[in-house]
Amino acid sequence: MSDRFKAIHMKEQPAEERKKNFLEVPCGYTEEEAVLEANRCLQCKNAPCIEGCPVSIDIRSFIGHIQKREFDKAVNKIYEADILPCVTGRVCPQESQCQAKCVLNNKGDAVSIGSLERYVADRDLERRREALKGEPVKISGKTKVAVIGSGPAGIACAADLGKYGYDVTIFEAFHKAGGVLVYGIPEFRLPKDIVDVEIRSLVQTGVKLVTNVLTGRSFTIDELMAEGYKAVFVGSGAGLPQFMKLPGENLNNVYSANEFLTRVNLMKAHRYPEYDTPVKYGKNCAVIGGGNVALDVARTALRLGSENVYLIYRRTQEEMPARLEEVRHALEEGIQLLALTNPVAYHGDEAGFLQKIECVKMELGEPDESGRRRPVLVEGSNFFIEADVCVVSIGSTPNPLIAMTSPLIETTKWGTIKVDEKGMTTMPGVFAGGDIVTGAATVITAMGAGRTAAASMHEYLQNKKD
Amino acid sequence: MMYKIIEKYSLAPQIEYARIKAPMISKNAEPGQFLIVVACEKSERIPLTIADFDREEESVSIVFQKMGKGTHKIADFKAGDSFHAVLGPQGNPTEIEGEKHIVMIGGGIGVAPVYPIARKFHENGVHVTSIIGYRGKDFLFWDDKLKAVSDEMIITTNDGSVGHKGFVTDVLKQMIEDKKPIDRVIAIGPPIMMKAVADVTRPHGIATTVSLNSLMVCGMGMCGACRVTVGGETKFTCMDGPEFDAHKVDFEELMQRLGMYKSEEKDMLDEYQGEDNE
Repeated sequence: MSDRFKAIHMKEQPAEERKKNFLEVPCGYTEEEAVLEANRCLQCKNAPCIEGCPVSIDIRSFIGHIQKREFDKAVNKIYEADILPCVTGRVCPQESQCQAKCVLNNKGDAVSIGSLERYVADRDLERRREALKGEPVKISGKTKVAVIGSGPAGIACAADLGKYGYDVTIFEAFHKAGGVLVYGIPEFRLPKDIVDVEIRSLVQTGVKLVTNVLTGRSFTIDELMAEGYKAVFVGSGAGLPQFMKLPGENLNNVYSANEFLTRVNLMKAHRYPEYDTPVKYGKNCAVIGGGNVALDVARTALRLGSENVYLIYRRTQEEMPARLEEVRHALEEGIQLLALTNPVAYHGDEAGFLQKIECVKMELGEPDESGRRRPVLVEGSNFFIEADVCVVSIGSTPNPLIAMTSPLIETTKWGTIKVDEKGMTTMPGVFAGGDIVTGAATVITAMGAGRTAAASMHEYLQNKKD
Repeated sequence: MMYKIIEKYSLAPQIEYARIKAPMISKNAEPGQFLIVVACEKSERIPLTIADFDREEESVSIVFQKMGKGTHKIADFKAGDSFHAVLGPQGNPTEIEGEKHIVMIGGGIGVAPVYPIARKFHENGVHVTSIIGYRGKDFLFWDDKLKAVSDEMIITTNDGSVGHKGFVTDVLKQMIEDKKPIDRVIAIGPPIMMKAVADVTRPHGIATTVSLNSLMVCGMGMCGACRVTVGGETKFTCMDGPEFDAHKVDFEELMQRLGMYKSEEKDMLDEYQGEDNE
C-alpha cells in the first residue's frame, strides 16, 4: 500500500558508484511507480501547482492522464506549454516552483511533479527518435526570421516561429547547438543524447541551424536585417564569467565554472585523451560558490578523479541557491562543504600553479535586499586550504558584444538588454529573452521568455503587413 | 557548413599555410582579427590569427606552426579536406589612429599576421617600416609579400644567415637612436620578443601594441581561459584584444599561463606521432 503523504522517489545510482561515472543519477520511474505517484495527486480544482510553474504547464491535467495511464495525452498536454519536458523534468527547481505550491505539503511530501514530467517525456523519446528517421519538413514560409543562440530561449522561440510558418534560422556561436544544455549542464544531470534529440527534432521541423557564427563579429544585427530577416530574437545567454578580483586569481589551474564545464561537457575532456581537450581537476579541487553551477563543477571534479572536492560558500547550507536534490546528491557523494568561508587570495608555486587558497571565516549578520542574512567577515580568521585546482563559480554578467555592435539596442546598468512587456528591445523588430535579459536564471524561465517573444514577433510581423 | 581547404602547403620548417573557403568569415574579416579552428570532431578549439583574406574568392588564410597535436593534425590536412569548425572573424581589428610612421615587427610565425596589418597601413598612406626576425635563412617566409607593402624592410636572423645578425630589438633600438620618426610600434611574435620590444620602447614613450596568443577555449568571451592582466586589470584576449598596449601587459603571467598544459601537450603529441609511425 502506498501512503498518500509519502512521495515515491526515483531509484538512484548509489553514491559510491555514481561518483566514478558520468551516468545519470536518478534512474527514472517504472510505469507502476509513475501511476502510484500520480495517484497521490488530489486533482485540486484550483490547481495551485500551475501558478508555481513559470510557463503554466497544465499540471493537473497531465497528472490526471497518468492516473488513467494515458501517457501520450499526458505528454501532449505538457508540450502545449513546454517543448523540452525531458530537460525541464530534470533541471527545474521544482521544490521552489510547482511542487512548493502542492497542497500535500501541509501533510507530507508534495507530488513529484518533476519526476512525473520526466517519466512521460522519456517515454515519448522512442517515438521521437523514430520520427527523426523521416525526411525533414520543408518550410514554406517566405518571411525570414533569425534566432541568435540555440539555448533554451532560442530553441523555444524558434520552435514556435516555425509553427507560425516562418522561415527560421538559428545562429549559434559554438560548433554544437544547445547552449547551456550542451556546454553547461553535465551529462550526469542531463544526458547529451537527449539534447541531441531536441536539436535534431527542431531541425526536422524545418528550422535552419547555422553554427560557428558569433553575432556582433561574424555579422551584426543590422546586417541581418539588411539581408532580409524581418525580425530577430536575441537569446545569447549570460556570457562573461565573473571573478572576484582577488590576488593570484590568474594563476594556472584557477578556472571559471564556464571554462571548466565547457572543457568537459562540450569538449569532452573527461574522455581525454580520446578527445584532445584536457582539463585539470587536481588532487584537491576547490569550488567557490553555492549555486547549481558550483555543484555541477564540484560533482564533475569528483567524477574526473579529484580526491578531495571542497565547496567554499560564504553563507550556510540553508542559503545555498542550488536545487535541493543537487545539494543532497553532492553531499552523499562526498563533496566537502566549507560553509561560512570566503577566499581572499590565491597562492602559487614558482611556475605559477595554484598551491593553496587563503580564506577567511564569515558569520551571518543582518538580512540583505535578498532577504538572506548577509555574510560578514570574521576579522583575523585567515587560514589556508591546500588546493591545486580552483573553479570560481559565482555567476556571470551579460556578454556585451551584441549590444556593443547594435547601437539601437539599449542595455540596463547591469548590462542586460532592455525589453518591453512583449519582449521587444529598443530596436524595432529585435526581441530578446532568457539570461541576456534577466541575468543568470533557469532553463524554464528562458524557455518561457523565448515563447513570449515568438508570439510577440508574430504579432509584430502581422501588424507590419497590414 | 563546410570549411574546405582550397590550398595548403609548407612555408618553412614547421610552418604551414592553409587557405579555407569561408564566405561568412571573409566577408567581414579585418586585419588583426583571429579565428578559432577545430580540426576534427574530437579536436581542441585553437585560436589562430588571420594571415590573409580574400573577399572575392571568399577565403581566409592561416599560417601556423606545428606545435601540439592539433596543429600537427591540421598540418596533415590536404587541399580538399575540411575543418570540423571555423569560427570568426573574432577579436577587435587593428585600427589606424592617425599615425604617419608605423613600425611593424614580426617574429617567426608572427610575420604572417603582421602582413595584412602592414598592408592596411600601407594602403592608407602610412609610412611602414617592417622589421622581421627569423631563426635562419631556411625559416624565411612572406618576406617578399611584406616587402611589397613596406616602405622599408629589415630582416634579422639569429645566425646572420640572412640580413642583420641578431634580434629585431637591435634594429628597433638603432632606429630610436637614429631619431627616426616612429608614431607607433606593432609587434607580433613569441611573448618573449613582444616583451623585449615593450622594454625597448617604454623608456622612450613610444606607443606600442602587441597581439597576444593566450590559451583560449570559447573565443567568444564566455569562458575566461584567455584572461590576461593589462594595467593591473584582468582582460579577456578574445573580447578585449587580441591587441593590447604592450607597456601595460603582464608578460610574465601570459608566459606562465601558456605553460599550463605543457605536459598534456607533450603527451598528446607523442601519442599522435606514435600513431603516425604505426
